[in-house]
Amino acid sequence: MAAVLDVRHLSIAFPRAVPVPDLSFTIDEGETLALVGESGSGKSLTALALMRLLPRNARLGPASRILFAGRNIAQLPEPEMRRLRGRDMAMIFQEPMTSLNPVMTVGRQVAEVLELHEGLSRRAARKRAAELLDLVRIPQAHRRLDAYPHEFSGGQRQRVMIAVAIAAHPRLLIADEPTTALDVTIQAQILELLDELRRELSMALLLITHDLGVVAQWADRVIALYAGRKVEEARPQLIFGTPAHPYTQGLLAASPRLRADYHYSDGPLIEIPGSIVSAAGEEGCPFAPRCPVARDACRAAMPPLLPQGDGHFVACPVTTLREAPHGHPVGL
Amino acid sequence: MHQFLRLSRVLARTLVHAVPTVIGIVILDFFLLRLAPGDAADVMAGESGAATEETMAALRSRFGLDLPVLDQLLAYLSNLAHFSLGYSPRYNMPVADLILQRLPSSLALMGIALGLALVIGVGLGVVMATQVGRWPDRVLSVLALLFYSVPSFWIGLMLIVLFSVHLGWLPSGGAGSIGTEATGLAALLDKARYMLLPALALSLFYVAIYARLTRAAMLEVRSQDFIRTARAKGLSPMAVTLRHALRNALLPVTTIAGVHLGGLMGGAVVVETVYSWPGLGRLAYEAVMSRDFTVLLGVLLLSSFLVILANILVDLLQAWLDPRIEAAP
Repeated sequence: MAAVLDVRHLSIAFPRAVPVPDLSFTIDEGETLALVGESGSGKSLTALALMRLLPRNARLGPASRILFAGRNIAQLPEPEMRRLRGRDMAMIFQEPMTSLNPVMTVGRQVAEVLELHEGLSRRAARKRAAELLDLVRIPQAHRRLDAYPHEFSGGQRQRVMIAVAIAAHPRLLIADEPTTALDVTIQAQILELLDELRRELSMALLLITHDLGVVAQWADRVIALYAGRKVEEARPQLIFGTPAHPYTQGLLAASPRLRADYHYSDGPLIEIPGSIVSAAGEEGCPFAPRCPVARDACRAAMPPLLPQGDGHFVACPVTTLREAPHGHPVGL
Repeated sequence: MHQFLRLSRVLARTLVHAVPTVIGIVILDFFLLRLAPGDAADVMAGESGAATEETMAALRSRFGLDLPVLDQLLAYLSNLAHFSLGYSPRYNMPVADLILQRLPSSLALMGIALGLALVIGVGLGVVMATQVGRWPDRVLSVLALLFYSVPSFWIGLMLIVLFSVHLGWLPSGGAGSIGTEATGLAALLDKARYMLLPALALSLFYVAIYARLTRAAMLEVRSQDFIRTARAKGLSPMAVTLRHALRNALLPVTTIAGVHLGGLMGGAVVVETVYSWPGLGRLAYEAVMSRDFTVLLGVLLLSSFLVILANILVDLLQAWLDPRIEAAP
């Protein structure tokens, strides 16, 4: 399948830090790719970079290439970028409570996209907005067009956000922690809705999350991100079955929910010692300062991402040495 | 319909609160004015140059000034209950007529000044917020600081010096050309020529406030999540600013503007004096000088009505701007 998005050597720099030094990945049409990692791993920044909505003081590195449907949009002028945003690529955010304009009716906020990108008249856009709200299962959608965001629950607001995002049939939908702020029971409903819409509208879905349960259930492919670097990539079954990178192993060990017979009060909660701050300024593997198996070589240079077969890539020479003796660097 | 019901609930609640407020204001004003030395009879006697004890006593008894203070208050309140504002000994006419004569020109001046201040101030604030840190922002910030710190009578005088004396474009005072028989558009233009300088003098201080307030509010709104959503939709910066940011930023501005609508009266006293504008402000000033307390009480009562009215307007405006504001059940 053709890649709808092909990101190569993405780097994001702030004046005093480089949270994403070099990141490459692709998303195929209709695929769900999950980006996982703890807070500060650069997931959300990556998403904003794809939409070209980074904060003013952030810069994309000169070597960064973001090929969207074959076109490099990394340096695309802002007016052209605006024609892509909301139409070909759309995004939903973590905070449904604050992501909608509090003084604008929900109907207007959906219709706005349709008027802008589909060229619909005000009346036609309103009618279509009602259909979209119905599609995301807002009950009595046409009657709630004139309601304001504060009259909706958190889950419903996220549904409205989804309606806004899919209004113009994007080819890529970026969902940045779409369920983190929601009730557990609502989380599954929202993800189910996203998955259904992805199939119906055949869009690619970039799912950004730190919730490994979400990944296990909904993703086609997973990328584990640490300090802006890809440390492991695989199908969820492989990641959960045989996690290879010490960081991924640590993440899994720190997730008590994944074992059905286990209750968190049964034993001490497991954590990865240290914090991601220690990755700053690290020459070699960013995880080395927290890694239980790190060697001197790890601290000298970033280990290359090596294929382990079956679409499994790992950037750790220590844990993969036995399994892939003939590995060679990918990409480039 | 939904909107209308919501707004009418806000209105009803505010009106109920207004009645005890007005009565309290009248009583308080009444006693405050008694603190000033002298009365209308003293002033009239002083102006006429000679007055006997008998004529002064006759004046006082004619206007009820010789009664005990509480009786005077009760008489005034009973007048009010009959929708009368009393009688002015100085102007020799009912206070209500006097005020009604002056009210339209004062309201026009205040309304236009506040409108001007809002339009210019909010406009400048938006420009400053979108250009933050760059030279337009800096130049406007300095200007705003200047207008904020310079008293309005001085601005008024300087405007006269520039536009009336040096350039000769606009009249230096009054409210209309005397003796012209202009009608329709010509009459309106004539009025506007006289209105422009006093309205500008009165509004520049408020322009500065609204510009700074709008700038701050816009900068705060700009960092909110829904602005990012609006940008993610592909909206142009102009659409994001005007459609999404501005309406949210207007809320604090309307609150302050409502407070100002009452305070504008104070500024109007000075500006009306400078431009010899026949308004309530000057009437109040003259009433103070002549100890004409019935007139002054009438003006004060009216301005308290104005403040209450302004508050109602602000409440309604805010309820309209922000759907989350709802009347308490």
